[in-house]
Amino acid sequence: MPTLVPLWSDVCLWLLVLVGLWYARQARRHEPLRAPWRAVRRGPMALAAACVLLVYLAIALLDSVHLERTTRPADGAETAILSVLDVLLTPLRLGVETSYSAPFATRAFSQESVLTSAGRVQREYPRLRYGAAHSAESQGARARDIFQRSATGAVAGLALALSALWLALPAALGRTDRAARAAGLTLLALGVGGGVLLALATRYHVFGTDKVGSDVFYQALKSVRTGLLIGTLTTLVALPLALVLGVAAGYFRGFTDDLVQYFYTTLSAIPGVLLVAASALLLDAYMTRHAEAFTSLLARADLRLLALCGILGITSWTSLCRLLRAEALKLREMDFVHAARALGARSGQILRQHLVPNVMHIVIITTVLDFSSLVLAEAALTYLDIGVDPSMDSWGNMINAARLELAREPLVWWSLAAALSSMFGLVLAANIFADAVRDAFDPRQREFGLTPSAPTARVCE
Amino acid sequence: MSAYLIRRLLYALPIVLGVNLLTFVLFFVVNTPDDMARMQLGERRVTAQAVALWKAERGYDRPLFWDASRSGVDQLTDTLFFTSSQRLFSFDFGRSDAGRDIGADLRQRMWPSLAIAVPVLLVELALALTWALLMAWLRGSALDVWSAIVCVAMMSCSGLFYIIGGQWLMAKLWHLVPISGYGEGLAALHFLVLPVLVGVLASLGANVRWYRALFAEELAKDYVRMAHAKGLSEPRVMFGHVLRNALIPILTGVVVLLPSLFLGALITEAFFAIPGLGSYTIEALQAQDFAIVRAMVYLGSLLYIAGLLLTDLSYVLVDPRVRLA
Repeated sequence: MPTLVPLWSDVCLWLLVLVGLWYARQARRHEPLRAPWRAVRRGPMALAAACVLLVYLAIALLDSVHLERTTRPADGAETAILSVLDVLLTPLRLGVETSYSAPFATRAFSQESVLTSAGRVQREYPRLRYGAAHSAESQGARARDIFQRSATGAVAGLALALSALWLALPAALGRTDRAARAAGLTLLALGVGGGVLLALATRYHVFGTDKVGSDVFYQALKSVRTGLLIGTLTTLVALPLALVLGVAAGYFRGFTDDLVQYFYTTLSAIPGVLLVAASALLLDAYMTRHAEAFTSLLARADLRLLALCGILGITSWTSLCRLLRAEALKLREMDFVHAARALGARSGQILRQHLVPNVMHIVIITTVLDFSSLVLAEAALTYLDIGVDPSMDSWGNMINAARLELAREPLVWWSLAAALSSMFGLVLAANIFADAVRDAFDPRQREFGLTPSAPTARVCE
Repeated sequence: MSAYLIRRLLYALPIVLGVNLLTFVLFFVVNTPDDMARMQLGERRVTAQAVALWKAERGYDRPLFWDASRSGVDQLTDTLFFTSSQRLFSFDFGRSDAGRDIGADLRQRMWPSLAIAVPVLLVELALALTWALLMAWLRGSALDVWSAIVCVAMMSCSGLFYIIGGQWLMAKLWHLVPISGYGEGLAALHFLVLPVLVGVLASLGANVRWYRALFAEELAKDYVRMAHAKGLSEPRVMFGHVLRNALIPILTGVVVLLPSLFLGALITEAFFAIPGLGSYTIEALQAQDFAIVRAMVYLGSLLYIAGLLLTDLSYVLVDPRVRLA
């Protein structure tokens, strides 16, 4: 009987989803909150990007429900902590070859010594154990099989997407504006693409296998959760700090303001990468000293991920804090704040009811704008060995491992291609969505124009 | 002006002190000298004497903040915090944990970093400004729309993509430049082409979009309509008015970056094996050499503060309305 084993990062991610749902409910009720979101919804590009983001989110959420399962006793292993995604993708997870193999390959990428039936040792490209194991080896048969499978997958995916559209979005389907059509088409395309990939992935290694023979497509899917977690949890850390300190500094002025300003200037004076590096170094040292506290590899990697989010949050709250302070300085001189003060409202009440709701648009804009740069920063930081745990599936780790094989001839390109393209999809969708959100919430673009000199951007140079 | 400068410099002092305190807490309190010694000497078989000797060699055996056994001012000055801060403030970075002279290393390795960072900055500025001006000039045209799409796509690529793709395409496939490495003097040029190209590409998309937004905002202002109404030619309006006014935020954005050019680009330098400060930092990180990392953190924050100061001064130069007093 599988039991639920929530990791800390699972809890955080689901908590974030709850906060998102609560915000959506608030936004539905209050017209001022609703209007900008409706503007976002009207953009075809934005809505299509939102669909892509939702698919990524669904993958991450499936990967964030961890179960403890008793595996077959024959394997020797008694229990294993697996996510729902792992269970769903069991054929991909268990289809481990001995080493590299190219996408759709039937044989391994490099020669191995094989004992022939005659008892002689021979160098040859061994047949893969799982990849294309079911089909004949001839080119024609394999091509026919691939074609048949992708056709079945496409039809199944299309049917699934259509029924989802028909069931879940009758309202959206009824409205035939351009945005709804774009979103519908994106969903159909995603359904077809996903159907084809999944139908093929059960029998082939669609993106090949890596050095230890595990399926690259599976790794890329698992990495989605890591990327999303870093992009969102970091904000969760940075947000309260920036909101409380920034608004308080702007509202109270005087000594509070000086103190908060000093605090964030000092922190932002330290180069972000180096602060992250220093903290990661210390965390490493701490974990080596307290090795007994981290029982499982999974728990250790999970805590390291959370710590990374915390560190990134601490380095990135300063810019948001600066923006919020400036906005609060402006707001405190507004008539409605004066009126509230004249009516005898306490400072706490004014902050809560008048200032915080009125700076929320800045919070939303910076949150969505920062997301993509954080996802990219993960890859860069992991390359520097100060990112996520090496045992964790992440795009950074995939690129890092593949980089060492670049000198090989012929090139082992599939790991890189899978990691870079899945990351590109997420970041592109996030960028397009962020643009729409910024345009809707801040018509005077300039105020929070994209700052290319953001510390996270500099990491990737 | 000089009064303003002095005041700003005085204002920077507490920030430098704060940075110093923060890095000290990070490197000496959270991670004590004993931990450092054990890590450098090997985790397992290490005697207490070896640890004590290692600490004594580096002067890490003093108390952290307060020495109760001394008297007078010595209680404060003969501590690890005071001596190490004093050394940092006088730019004496001492020796790394591995025994190398950090100051000499810094002076030697800053040149390759600059050799990449400065061309990247200049080429990038020229390219991005031209492209953004074209987009703003032909706004609404196919060029503008497609450029915006290309820019978003470029922004969405990981920096690692440009590095790996560039190395594969230009070095491995076309054999135009060496994959990595660095040479002395003019020979370095050969090695610099690819890193500079990669550096420019990696941040071009974001910059072009930002500059275009700045230009578009200026174009919507009344003085531009006035200039058109006067009958000025389109190039006159674009270069004489729009560009000049939009240059204020652009220049100040660049000036902030100027000092930190010394620090080098971490990943680019590591990938191309360029012996600059970026790869120096990475090597220190991988060897867990806290002395070097601390020196780099300190240096980086000094340069950032210098950048802020330069920004304020550059406002005066580009915008006659701003007076510093």
